[in-house]
Order: sequence, then C-alpha cells, then structure tokens
Amino acid sequence: MRKNSLKKFFDSGSLFIWLCGGALSVSLLMIGGLLVLIMINGMGYFWPKDLIQFTLKDGDVVLGEWVATEIIPESESLDKPKGHERVQLKVGNRDLYGLDFRWVDRADILNEQYPLDVLAFERREWGNFFGRIKQIQKGESLLASGHEQALTVLSSLLEQTNGIQEKIHDIEQNEIGELNHRLEQARLELRTLDLDGQGRPEDRKEIEAAIHNLEALFEVQNTSLIVLYDELEQFRVTVMDVAGAEKTIQLGTLVKVWAPNSMGGSDKLLMYVQNFWEVLSEEPREANTEGGIFPAIFGTVLMVVIMSIAVVPFGVLAAIYLKEYARQGLLTRMIRIAVNNLAGVPSIVFGVFGLGFFVYVVGGTLDQLFFAEALPNPTFGTGGLLWASLTLALMTVPVVIVATEEGLSAVPREYREGSLGLGATKLEALWRVVLPCAMPGILTGLILAVSRATGEVAPLMLTGVVKLAPSLPVDGFFPFLHLDRKFMHLGFHIYDVGFQSPNVEAAKPMVYVTTFILVFVVILLNMAAITMRTRMRKRYAGSSV
Amino acid sequence: MQTISHPVIPGSPLVQQRKPPVSTLVMENTTNKQNRMKDEQMKPTLNPLAGSHPKIVIEGMNFFYGTVQALTQVNMQIPANRVTAFIGPSGCGKSTLLRCLNRLNDLVDGTRIEGKILLEGHDIYAPEIDVTDLRTRVGMVFQKVNPFPKSIWQNVAFGPQLQNVRKRATLDEVVETSLKGAGLWEEVKDRLHASALSLSGGQQQRLCIARALAVNPNVLLMDEPCSALDPISTGRIEELLHTLKERLTIVIVTHNMQQAARVSDLTGFFLLGELIEFDDTKTIFTNPSERRTEDYITGRFG
Repeated sequence: MRKNSLKKFFDSGSLFIWLCGGALSVSLLMIGGLLVLIMINGMGYFWPKDLIQFTLKDGDVVLGEWVATEIIPESESLDKPKGHERVQLKVGNRDLYGLDFRWVDRADILNEQYPLDVLAFERREWGNFFGRIKQIQKGESLLASGHEQALTVLSSLLEQTNGIQEKIHDIEQNEIGELNHRLEQARLELRTLDLDGQGRPEDRKEIEAAIHNLEALFEVQNTSLIVLYDELEQFRVTVMDVAGAEKTIQLGTLVKVWAPNSMGGSDKLLMYVQNFWEVLSEEPREANTEGGIFPAIFGTVLMVVIMSIAVVPFGVLAAIYLKEYARQGLLTRMIRIAVNNLAGVPSIVFGVFGLGFFVYVVGGTLDQLFFAEALPNPTFGTGGLLWASLTLALMTVPVVIVATEEGLSAVPREYREGSLGLGATKLEALWRVVLPCAMPGILTGLILAVSRATGEVAPLMLTGVVKLAPSLPVDGFFPFLHLDRKFMHLGFHIYDVGFQSPNVEAAKPMVYVTTFILVFVVILLNMAAITMRTRMRKRYAGSSV
Repeated sequence: MQTISHPVIPGSPLVQQRKPPVSTLVMENTTNKQNRMKDEQMKPTLNPLAGSHPKIVIEGMNFFYGTVQALTQVNMQIPANRVTAFIGPSGCGKSTLLRCLNRLNDLVDGTRIEGKILLEGHDIYAPEIDVTDLRTRVGMVFQKVNPFPKSIWQNVAFGPQLQNVRKRATLDEVVETSLKGAGLWEEVKDRLHASALSLSGGQQQRLCIARALAVNPNVLLMDEPCSALDPISTGRIEELLHTLKERLTIVIVTHNMQQAARVSDLTGFFLLGELIEFDDTKTIFTNPSERRTEDYITGRFG
C-alpha cells in the first residue's frame, strides 16, 4: 500500500516538474549572477571614489581610494596576526613609489580622515596622482599658489592645455597622417616605375618633385607641432603628496583634476556619466589600462558586420541548393553531417586555416598581383580585418546553413505547390514565397552566428587582431574602408588588459568594464537581429517558423 | 442523348434505401452493362456525355512512385464545361491523377508516368510543353487552404505578376474580376490590403479560387476543396462551382459522396489505382454498372 502511494507520487509528475523548474532556476541564477558580477565590478570603475587619509602608528600618512578590505590569512607572520583586517588602497603616485596599491593593517591605523582639499589628478602617463597643489607656473611666472587660488585658475588652464593637446592630436593624426599617406603613395608610384623598368625619366622627376614638395609640407607641420609642444611645456604645476614629496608635472599631461571629498552626489553622478562616455569614446592610453576602448568597440562591430555580409549570402545559397535543388540521397546526408561537424570544430582550428589559407595563400597572391610595389611589406599578406572576418564567416557558416535549412523545411509544402500551381517557376516560387517565409529562420541563423562571432578571440589572434591598432580601419583616405588593416577587438582587449599588461592590478576594473561592454555589444547586435526577425514574423504571420 | 441536369440524389440515405438483394443486384448490373455496351457501339468515345467536346483525354496512363504503381491503365475523357468528380477511398490514386493533370507530380522525386494526357489535343507531357504555361491554363485549388502570407490583393495579383503584368490599373481590374468570380468581392473589397490570413477558412478557400482564376485558366482542378470547411462555407463553394463551370472545365476530388452527387455532372470511381467506373453522376449514384462502385457508394466499404 505504502509502496503504491510512493509510486503514485513519482508517476504524478510533480517531482519531475520540480526537477525541471529547479534546473531552469539554477541556470537563470548562474546567468544572472554572471551579469551582476560583471556589472558591479565594471560599473563601479566610473564612480569618483572618496580619498581616505590614514595616519599610521609609525607616523606615515597614506592617501588613496579604498579598493578592498580582507581578513589577514592564517599563513601570515607574527607581526601580522591572523584574524585582523587589512585594507587595500589605491595610492597612485606610481612615479614616486613605484606601486599603485598598498595594503594597510587596520591595527596600524591611528586615525582615518577625508580631507577636503586633496585632489585626484588623472594623467596621461604614470597613472593617477593623489595629493595637493602647491603652485602653478607659466614659464617663470607664478600663476597661482595654494589650494584655493590654484583651483580657481585650474579649470580654465586645463581647458587651454587640453585644447592644445587636441590641436596636436589633430595635426599628428590628420595633417601629418594625410601627408604620410600621400608620401607613401608617391614612393609606391616610384617603386612601381622601377619595377616596370620602363618609366620615363620625366615621370620619375615629377614624382620626385612631388615627394620633395610633400617633405617640405611635412617640415612645416612639424615646426608648428614643435611650437605647440613648447607652448604646452610652459604650463607646469607643482604637486605634493600627503607625505610631503613634491613633483612638478606639466599641465599638458593632465587629463582632468577633481576633488572627490568635496564633491556632492550630483557632481559625482555627472562625473560618472562623463567617465563612462570617455571610456566608450576615447582611445586607450598606457598600454590599454587607461583611457577608452572605442577602437576595440568599433573593430568588434565592424568585423561582425563584415562577417555577416559574407556569411549570410553564402550560407543561405548553400542551404537553398542543399535543400531545394540537390537530389536527396547519401551525398546530401554526408554533406549535412559534415556541415554539422564543422560547427563543432574548435575555433582555433579555423584560425590556423585562416592564417594558412586566407593570409598566406590568398593574401600573398593578392600582394604579388596587385601590391607588388609595396613588397616586401605585406598589404593583404598579413593578418587584417578582411581575413579575420572571413575566418569567422567560415566558422559560422554551418550555423547559418543549418538554420536556413530548418527555416526552408518549415515552409508548408502548400505554399510551394500553390505558387507553382499559379505558373511560377521554381525560382519564382522560392524567391517570392518560400524565402520570405523562411526569413525568420535565416535570421535565427544570423543571430546565432553573430553571437558566436562577437565573442570569439582565438582565431582572431592569428588573423588580424592587435593589442593596439595605430588607426581605425575606416578613415578619410580612399578607399575609406581599409580591409587590410589590423584592428582591435573587445575580446582580445580583455585578454590583453587583464593578463598582458605591466600593471595587472590597476587594469582589473578595465577588464570588467570591457567585459561588460562586450556583453552589451553582443546583446545590442542580437537585439537588432531579433527586432528584424519579429518584424518579419509579423509580416508573415501564420508561417510556422 | 442525355441532357445534363443536376442529379437529384439527396445523399446516401436514399442510396441505401434502394439496396436490393444481392442476386438481383448482380442481374441488374448485367443488364445495365449490356445497355452500356450497346451505347458504346454507337459512340466512338468513352465519354458517356457524347456531343460535348472532350477537354482532357487520358489514354492508357500508368503512374509510379518509385516502384509502387499508383495508377493502372486509366482511360478517360473529361468533357469541357462540366464538373467531373473523382471519388474513391483514400489511397486509390484520385489525387495523384488530379495532380498529373497540371504536372504537379513532377516535383516529387522518383515518379514516372506512362501513357498520354491530352489537353485540347496536345500531350501535356510532351517535351516541348512549358510546364509553367501549362499550370496557368490548368489552375489548382488545394485541400489545405493555402493563401500566401501576404495581403488579399497580393495573393490574387500573384499569378498575373508572374506573367509580367506590372500596370497597377490592370492588376486592380484582374483582382476585382477574380474576386467577383469567386464570390468574395463584396466581403473583402474594403480591406484588399489586409492580410489574407485574417480571413475565415471558407473565405480563404474562395480567395484561393480567386487566385487561381486570376491567371485565367480553362481547367480548374480542385483537390478536396471543402474538406476543412464548415457546411455553410462548403455550400457557398458548391454554388460557385455551378457558375464557374459555364466558363471552365472543373475536376474535383472529393471524399464526400453527397458533394459529388450535388455538384458534379460526371463521376469517376477509383479503387486501388484503377478507374472502375466513369459515367454520368446520376447513373453512378442510382444505377452503377459495377458491383464495387455500388458497394462503395452505399457505404459497404471505404
């Protein structure tokens, strides 16, 4: 009797329902936990933290941002008894002490203060500086001295120096960049003439004159650069850390200065948003650990777009042939199995193929045929945006083929027969009725492909991603989209910042920020495709895909 | 010579009433056959409705799905401007035959056909025949209601657009006449650009008929067009067949014997891939010459 009721309980399925529900909630919890962890660690990076000043028992004064608090582990020596707390501070001032971080034992702390007049300086080199301003000079003349006076002139001075910095950047990137580009073109023309061996001397002379001319222009720009740099150098600020060490910094190397302890909540919020925007829109500095990640975002999105443009037509056409035209039999079955297996091949294998085939064979041949004048410098014969995109397209093409085939089989036979019965050819039936109905399935394939490609790193390392690309793959010079250029990628950026940078500890928040943005980019790209799919589904409501 | 009138058979109850004892039935059948033999000696064709012009002639047709023979030695003449019904139990080959008439079976891998099907005297399986052109002349309405997931207007204009009719005014006109022809115009004229899938099942089937009419076929094949519809929608489509047959030759496959009796002028009974009997509907339902036909229509099997 009792056994019977137990069996009844099992058979009733309520245990099974609990099991299924439990599995689902555990999965959701893990995904949610992952996102929350990344969010918390990443988003905290932008908040301007208060500066804590500890006075220690031995008379030391330490100033920094709170990073972490932990219990001292057991293995510590006698002078650091276990069970006590210690605090990790980001003390900055790497140029003075060599380290960004410092652990302070709670037991050693005499008092804890939040002085209102300490400032945080974000610099273009050496990381942050925390301390006070002593004086500001322009050349030999004193512009301000002491905290109050310095603060009043500082913001306008910073605007001025940042303006000069922008000018310098503009000249270096655009003016000199264009001159370099034209010089390079001219040199290549000259080289082409040499290679042909039949250039007329007049042509040669003409080009040489052009080169001479360009070099003169280059000199002009260079002089104006020197003038700007000299102007920048005149502004100097002398800062002093809490221990009394002084340092004179060029104002031009400062990005911004803020006084976190005297900032209100709304000021901090504003700065939070500004910091966030800077990360999104600026180029990286200091071996990628500071500054923004714009080139990586741009590279990731551009690569995925080029990959999609390559993968969708190929995958869809292949699936149409396999499903609609090929005679079904042993061969098509084997092809299907092969395609499915291809989807499971480790991505690094595709990377090796991309390097061996696209880069060396195709790229090398292209170079010899069309870019011979640049050799031995490779143009397409080295990793680049095009080869990376094509490698990923190859990696994701099975997904698109499978999804498209499924989409095509889900189109009711009646639609095909209906259109054929009205005098449509097979192509017309496909094009006008079957493909539109299969569109949601095709887009599902694209969504899967995009998700997989966006996060992929391994094959890219072999086929064109670099830790720091000197210029974006899109610019103002013909042909505007430079498929041969190397590019930056969020996934590789995470690896590079987190594990290859000289200052791993300082780069940790950047790793989370980049991860967060990578996840965000994946979601955004997916949302775009899903919106498209929903629109299609509405339009072809009733198709079962 | 008989004139064609709508058969006045209300349905199987009446048919079942006239179930005679088996022995008489056999006798009756023999006499009937003798009568018909005499008829056939006078008329050179198999067509019981002599005088009307045969639209489709099927001669010695065999059909195979791979190695399975689906139709064996089918001979029949389908007259113009009449409704011809194919009846028979499931799997008897009636739909296969119907789909041979516009070569839709070409799409199925591994099928093979022997014999001839002549449409207006031309073999539709001849190599020089353009299949798409054939299908515009032989329209089809399917068992599963299948308007495309497009607007009503686009559904009807689909066929003409395939024939490169691009002018909007022409297309509008074709859409209107076709929808009128299918008796749907009044119901949808205010929402031609609504999705075809928003219509009811019966309306969708009439839309499919309108869609078929839009390419101006002269034969309309209907494969159990009412099997998914309620009696009222069925009634409307049956009425439609009466008006349509004035300008079209209609071949309809149906499982519903009352429907065959109501709408058709001629009926062919199929069993296991063979055409057992093909005659005037009235004859088939009141006085079939074959025992198997009678057994089927009286509900003894199938």
